Amino acid sequence: MVNLVWLGMIILGILVAGINGNIEIVTKAALDSANDAVKISISLIAIMTFWLGIMKLAEEAGLIRMLARLVRPVMRFLFPSVPKDHPAMGAIVMNLSANILGLGNAATPMGLIAMRELQKLNRGREDTASEAMCTFLALNTSCVTLIPTTIIGIRLLYGSADPTDIVGPTIMATAFSMVVAVFVDRLLRFIYTDRRG
Amino acid sequence: MLDIISELSRWAIPVVLLVVPLVAALRRVKVYETFVDGAEAGFTTAIKTIPYLVAMLVAIGIFRASGAMEVLVKTLSPVLNIVGLPTEVLPHAIMRPLSGGAALGIASDIIKTYGPDSFLGRLVSTMQGSCDTTFYVLTLYFGSVGVRKYRYSVILGLISDLTTLVASVFIVRTFF
Repeated sequence: MVNLVWLGMIILGILVAGINGNIEIVTKAALDSANDAVKISISLIAIMTFWLGIMKLAEEAGLIRMLARLVRPVMRFLFPSVPKDHPAMGAIVMNLSANILGLGNAATPMGLIAMRELQKLNRGREDTASEAMCTFLALNTSCVTLIPTTIIGIRLLYGSADPTDIVGPTIMATAFSMVVAVFVDRLLRFIYTDRRG
Repeated sequence: MLDIISELSRWAIPVVLLVVPLVAALRRVKVYETFVDGAEAGFTTAIKTIPYLVAMLVAIGIFRASGAMEVLVKTLSPVLNIVGLPTEVLPHAIMRPLSGGAALGIASDIIKTYGPDSFLGRLVSTMQGSCDTTFYVLTLYFGSVGVRKYRYSVILGLISDLTTLVASVFIVRTFF
C-alpha cells in the first residue's frame, strides 16, 4: 500500500508537471522537501534526547509502570499483545495524554518512545509493523487535541465572534473517528492475520 | 472550562519535570546518570528517521508542486459532492493526511475567504483540529524503529481521516 501511494505520487507528479510544461518544478520540489525532511529530523535530536532522559528516569522510578496500571483495563482491550506492566503501555498513555493537552512537541518524542518499546516486543519481524503498532498509530493520528490552539489563533485573526466555538465539534469529531479507528483496526487485523502467519 | 485546560497545558511539562526526578531521587535512583543513560539514544533515534522522512516528503512535495494535487481534487469533487461535502474544503481534506503545514495554509485561506463563522470556516476549522497528518506520523514513527512494511496501517489511517471528515460535516451542520 505505502509502495503504491509513494510511487503513484511521484509518477503522477512528474507526468502532470510535464504536461503543464513546468517540469523544472519537480527538481526544486524534490530537493526542497528533502531539505525539510532533514531539518525536521535534526530538530528532533534535541527534544528526543531530552525526553528519552526524562522517560528513563520515570521508568527507573517506577512511575511509568504506575501509570500503566492506572489505565490497564482500557489498554488491555486496545493492546492485547502487550504484556501488562510493560513500559510500552506507559509510553502510549503519555503520548496520548500529550496529544490531548495539545503539547505537540512533547507528544512526538513520547510516541517514538512508545514505538521503541513496541518494537522490542516485535521480535524476529523488525521490518514489519506489529498489530499493536498499527493500533497505536491509528489512535495517535485520530487523537483529540482538546485545544486546537493554532486554528483558534487563525479564527481570531480573521475576526471570529467566538473563535473557540469549534472546540466542542472538534472533540466530537475526534471521538467518533477514534471509535471507528478501533473498530476498523480490529477488522483489518482479522483480515490480515493470515499473511503474517 | 477552556481556561482550565489551557492552564493544564501550561503546567503539564514543568510538573512532569519536577515530579519525575524527585520521585526517582526518593527511590534512590541515580538521577543524573540515569538521565544521561536514557538520553544517549536520542541522537540515533532522530537520525534514523532521515531516510524515511526524505522519501515521503519528496514524494508529497513533487505531487503538490506539480499541480497533480489539483488534478486529483478536480477528479474527486463530483464524487464527494454526492456525499454532501462542499467542494471548497476538498483540497484541505486531501492535503490533511499528507502535509500538516499545507493543510493549515489551505484552512487559513478558506477562513479568510469565507469568514471564520461561516459554515465553511467552521467546517475547515473542525477538520483541521480533529486529526493529524497521517503520512507524516506513520513515516516518522515507523522510521524511528526501522519498520518498512506498514501492513494495513496506511489504509487504517486513511479510513480514520475519512471518518473524521464525514463526522465533521455532519456535526458542524447539526451543531450550528
